[in-house]
Formats: sequence, structure tokens, C-alpha cells
Amino acid sequence: MSELTQRAATFARRTGRGAWWYLTSLMGDRAYATYVDHLRRAHPEQTPVSERQFWRERYADQDRSPGSRCC
Amino acid sequence: MSSASSDRSGSRGPVLEQDPSLPPVAVSEEQRKKDSRWTPAKIALWAAIALLGGIAWTVLALVRGETVNAMWFVFAAVCTYLIAYRFYSKVIERHLVRPDDRRATPAEVRQDGKDYVPTDRRVLYGHHFAAIAGAGPLVGPVLAAQMGYLPGTLWIIVGVVFAGAVQDYLVLFFSMRRGGRSIGQMAKDELGRWGGLAAIIASLLIMIIIVAILALVVVNALGESPWGVFSVSMTIPIAIFMGCYLRWIRPGRVTEISIIGFVLLIGAIVAGGWVSSTAWGQDLFLLDRTTIAWGIIIYGFVAAVLPVWLLLAPRDYLSTFMKIGVIVMLAGAIVLVRPEIEVPAFSEFAGGELGPVFSGPIFPFLFVTIACGALSGFHALIASGTTPKLVEKERQTRFIGYGGMLMESFVAIMALVAAISIDRGIYFAMNSSPAVTLGTVEGAVAFVNSLGLSGVNLTADMLTSTAEAVGEESIVSRTGGAPTLALGLAAIMQQALGGPALMAFWYHFAIMFEALFILTAVDAGTRVARFMLQDAIGTVAPKFRDVTWRPGVWICTAIMVAGWGYILILGVTDPLGGINTFFPLFGISNQLLAAIALAVVLAIIAKRGRSYAKWLWIVAVPLAFAAVVTLTASAYKIFSPVPQVGYWANHFAFRGALDEGLEEFGTATSVEAMEAVVRNTGVQGTLSIIFAALSIVVIVSSVINTVRSVRAGGGTEHESEAVPSRRFAPSGFITTRAERELEKQWAATDGARPTSRGGSH
Repeated sequence: MSELTQRAATFARRTGRGAWWYLTSLMGDRAYATYVDHLRRAHPEQTPVSERQFWRERYADQDRSPGSRCC
Repeated sequence: MSSASSDRSGSRGPVLEQDPSLPPVAVSEEQRKKDSRWTPAKIALWAAIALLGGIAWTVLALVRGETVNAMWFVFAAVCTYLIAYRFYSKVIERHLVRPDDRRATPAEVRQDGKDYVPTDRRVLYGHHFAAIAGAGPLVGPVLAAQMGYLPGTLWIIVGVVFAGAVQDYLVLFFSMRRGGRSIGQMAKDELGRWGGLAAIIASLLIMIIIVAILALVVVNALGESPWGVFSVSMTIPIAIFMGCYLRWIRPGRVTEISIIGFVLLIGAIVAGGWVSSTAWGQDLFLLDRTTIAWGIIIYGFVAAVLPVWLLLAPRDYLSTFMKIGVIVMLAGAIVLVRPEIEVPAFSEFAGGELGPVFSGPIFPFLFVTIACGALSGFHALIASGTTPKLVEKERQTRFIGYGGMLMESFVAIMALVAAISIDRGIYFAMNSSPAVTLGTVEGAVAFVNSLGLSGVNLTADMLTSTAEAVGEESIVSRTGGAPTLALGLAAIMQQALGGPALMAFWYHFAIMFEALFILTAVDAGTRVARFMLQDAIGTVAPKFRDVTWRPGVWICTAIMVAGWGYILILGVTDPLGGINTFFPLFGISNQLLAAIALAVVLAIIAKRGRSYAKWLWIVAVPLAFAAVVTLTASAYKIFSPVPQVGYWANHFAFRGALDEGLEEFGTATSVEAMEAVVRNTGVQGTLSIIFAALSIVVIVSSVINTVRSVRAGGGTEHESEAVPSRRFAPSGFITTRAERELEKQWAATDGARPTSRGGSH
């Protein structure tokens, strides 16, 4: 019985983590980590900008080239 | 792997030698064949899906009982989508697309961690879906319910399988092969100067029409509704708060602030009920439609010139959050409540009689009333915008492009179910224009009962008690689809959650999310249209190309806002109703853009080589259909002698009446109203002529190019250079065993390991 509850708990934890990963990836929380990761791999000589600066630049880019949303 | 490269017209030799030190970047052709071999279990599964789908369609289309359960709609839709995705989209993949996973996508080649990011396919699916789906699939099906449930259901499901999803998939793939080029640029490359120019003018016009008509939907939903006005206005301070939080307090915590924003939003809806019950709330927020229209015009201008981070981005986060939440909730509620539908399969208005919601025969007007959800040309702008820059592997485009559109179609089916689950008499009272119901309960009862619909016996009490239940003054002539959907959704949701006491809350919740989607579309649409205009003016006055030059931004924004604002005001003050006369333009322009996108794709595929020619029908058939629909609909609107259908017939009838010195004519009761009809029908008729002309130019140039390429056995392609891929990712939603095996091998290898799971917004 206790093994079963343990399994259920593991399953619930995994599902929860997966759902949270999906939601945060979709909403954009991980964008900065992705950028830092990319820089570390592709351009290790460059220092990444701070997260605050990263988001400022990102929104400034969107200001310059607006993306479309559908009806 | 089909060797797409050797099959080409010779411009490119065999390429893509793989780095031998890396694990395979694609599942081998042999393995793929082995995986697609039929096993008894698979045969049983697909036979069961086909059987269930077949039964559902039989119940919907052939069995004529008193009522039909909503579950059959869900089964018919889902089974058809599964079969189409598993079989038809694979045919398209094998014969037209011929993806090559050994080839790097733009996201891999140009990876910069910002715009070009190889994104997890499931995350990108969500992204793409959030970008394509908005209020469109929620509105069209509601209006089309006038003809009964079957015409709309058939078109939404069959249309998406053979037209809408095909368009989205192919545009996404070919844009990706071109480094993420936009549909306008591709049109110029493939169709030559005139075709390209027509495509750009059409996109610009369509943007104006779409923003205007969506804004009209919001105005109609909020007119004389202090509750709605209050809660929707509250989204502005909430969004600004979210924007400031992300800028100064906790940058990058998007989910966190979206949850906070969502809670505040729910608070605003609840507070709206209280505000609308107070005297000052009534004074402040009970606004007529013209005032609200002006409010949206001013809002549209300000929002489009403000920085993105302050209003647009946070609103977009909220909108994405709501979109996914609402869809999951609505699907859950429909399955849980399983409402019985009393609407007939074909109504009295399917046979040629003119209905009050929109007028015109079933062909072509059903197909322009429901655009989004079945075939939406607007998606070509998204599928050739952000999404192709984020695709990780070529084969994933089937899941994202084709699969994403199937999901939008499902949303349209759910909207249809919600709309037809309400009483038919109430449906017609809500959706007939104030010109015929006079905007009063008595007028609506008299009008609806005079329609002679079987099984409809509307009473004044039904209208007043429903209005009271949803916390509105009146539900008569709440045209535009949004209030009807909100009522249907509230009726279903209250059965699943909360009971009748929560009816008003769910109604305003639905109005709120529709308004949220639409206001985001208004804001984003104005920005994109301004950007296009700046680019166009920039060819003459280069200063305008500089997007940081504020006067240029302001002037172009003002021009675009004036464009859609003018049409919005015409719609709001239209003596003939507004939505019923303007909505066909929305559908026609959307299908026109679809025809353009399909025409571009057709020309591209014809250039790929001889072996593609016999599969061109996959694109040619929906293209021909979209072309016939837009051209016939335009022809009706231009040439029909029936005043309810033809814009010019109405135009000249009213002009004649004015010349005769009449003071009232038809549903117009004053000289000003008659003049307004003359002006509005003139604008509508002119737009119809422009759309028809643009369609002809684009389709003719596509056919010329295609025939030329087919004769020559191919043509010059504009694809980016092929670069060997150095990463691996699974293709579909479910990871196959072979794919999992490869993922393990990659995980064990250092270096190009696919760890970047981040989405970019």
C-alpha cells in the first residue's frame, strides 16, 4: 500500500513538474535562461546581459518589428 | 528519408553530409518504414476511431430525432481530426512537403538565443496556437448557426481537413525553408511584381477590415452594459500593473504575474456586478455604442504608440493564459454537461430564404461567415512570421502547422455547440438587427415569432428573465456573436460549476475573454498595419522606414486607426444593423488572403519538380474552392439585385428613394438614416470590388506561374541554402521508441546536445 501511495506521489510530482515546465516555457519565463545557455555554448567569450536588460531589449525589439496576432 | 534533394530540378545536388562524430540527426528511412507497419493493435485502434467517428456523423447527419446530444459533435470532430492527421497530413508530408530532418532549420542555423531559437515542439505548438486562435473562431460559427447545425459543422470539420490545415502546414514549411520569409515577400518572389503587389495591398486592407469588424463585435457586446464596460476597462490598469511588475519588480517572471493578473481579472468581473448595481456605476459605465466605439478608437491609437512592455505584452500574456484556460474549461464542461441540442440540422434559412442574422444563400455565404476555424487566410501571416523561426526539426511542421489548425477548428466546433445549446427563439432575438426588432422586448418577440420557425415560441418573459439572469438590461439585438456565445457558455458552465447563481458571472467572464482577445488583436493589428504602411511609404520617403522616428510612427498609426475607425463607426451607426451587413466583408477578405496564400504555395510546389505535379491537386482544390467562394460572394455583393444581399442594389434603392424625396424607406426611418445607408453600402460595395479585383490578379498570376513551371518540369526555387543539421528532436506529439533511442544517444554525447527548451515569446 505504502509503495502504491509512494508511486502515486512520484507520478503526481512528475506530472506537476511537467505541467509547470510546459506553462513557464509557453509563457516565456525561460527565455532568459535559453539566451544565457545559447551564449555559453556558442559564444563563451561574451558575457550575457543581465535579465533586466535582456527583457528591455526584447520588448524594444518587439516595438521595432511588431508581430501579428490572429483574429 | 525520401531523398528530396536528388528529386529537385537540378539546382542543388545531393547535400547534407553528416558529421560522423555525432549520433544520427534523423530517424532512418528503414526505421520509419518499420514504425509505420500495421500491427493488429494499431488496426484495431484505428478501426475503433473510424467506427466511433462514423457513428457520430450518422447521428448528426442522418438520424432525425427531436434533439441531438452535444457529445456527438465532439466525437465526430475529434475522430475526423485524428484520421485526417494520421492519414491525410502524412500524404501531404510524403508527396508535397518531403521534409528532410538532416537539414538544419533556420532556428538551428541562425540560432541567436532570441529570435531564432530551436523550441520544443510541444511548446511551439502552444505558441503557434495562441497566435492563430482568437475571437474569429468564436464568432463565425455563432452567426452561421442561423442555418442549422449541420452546414456549419460540416464546413468547419471538412474545411479544416482539406483547406485550412493544409494552408497553415504548407505556408509554415515553405516559409521555414526560406528562413522565415513573410507571405508578402514570398508572393513577390513567386508570383512576380503584380501578384506580390496585390498580395501586399490585400494584406493591408484585410488588416483594416479585420480590426474594424472585431472592434464592432466588442462594441456590440459592451453597448448598454455597465458590467461589461467596467470589467473590460479594468483590463487596462491590470495590464499596466503587470507591465510595471515585469519591468521593475521581477523581470521575466511571466507565469507568476499572469496568475496574479488572472486573479485580478476575476476580481474585476465580480466587482463589475456590484458596480453595475450602484447608481454611480450606471451613470459612469452605461455607455451607448457610439461612445464605446470612440473609446476603442482612442484606445487603439494610444495602445499602438505606447511601448510594447507597458500594455501589449502583458495583455498578450493574459490573453494566452485565458485562451488555454477557457478552452480546456469549455471542453471539460461540454463533456461533463453533455447538453441536448434542439436546433434542427438544417433550418428554414438553409434553403434559400433570407435569414435575419446574415443574408444570402448557403453557398457561398456559409463559407464566408465561417472563415476562422475552417480556412483562415490570416494564419498565413503567423505561419510565415514568428513560428518558422522557432521550429527545431523540419518534420515537426506537420504537428505544429496541420495539428495547430485542427485545434482551432475544435474551438470553432465548441463555440458552435455553445451557441446552439440556447433556445432558438432567444438566439434569433439576440442576433437580429435592431432595425427589425426595434431593440425592444415586444418588438423582438413579434419579429421572431413572425419568422415562422418550427418549435419556436418566444415570450417576453423568456427575454427579460434571461437578461436578468446574466445581469444585463436587455439581450435583444446583441448582435456580433459574442453575447450569444457568452450566454451559451454561461448556461453550460453554470451546470458544471456553481449553479444558476453564477450564470451572470460566467456570462461576463465569457464577454471578458472575448474582449481581451479582440483588444489584443486590435492593438497588434494596428501595429502590424502601421509597420506595413511605413514600409510602403518608405519606398517614396525613406525617412518613414525608420521605425524609431516618432512622427512617422504617429502619422502612420493615425492613418491606420482612421481607416478601421471609419469602418467601425459606419458599422455602429448602420441603420441596417451593422454586423449583418459588414460581417461578409470580414469573411470575404479572410478567404481572399487564404486564396493568396494557397496560390503562393501552389506556385512554389510547381517549381519543385516534375514528381510533384500529380499531387498539386492537394493545393489546387482548396485554392479553387476559396477562389470560387470569394469571387461568388463578391459577385453577389456587387451584382445581386436583392437589396438584402447586394450592396449596390441597396445603394441605388435608397438613393432612388432619396431622389424621390421620401423621408423613410425600408428599415431607415429618417433622411439621415437613408443617407447613411447610401454611404455605407457605397463603402461596402467599393471594398467588394477591390477584393474581387485583387483575387483575380493573384490567382491569375499564380496559375500562369504554375503552368509555366509544370511545363518546364520545375523552376527557380528561392529556398535558403541547405545546411546539415547537428541536432535531433522527435517529430510528433508522441515520442516513438526509435526517437527515444536517438534522444538517449544525443544525451550521452557532449556538445550539440539539445538542451535549450526555452520558449521565446
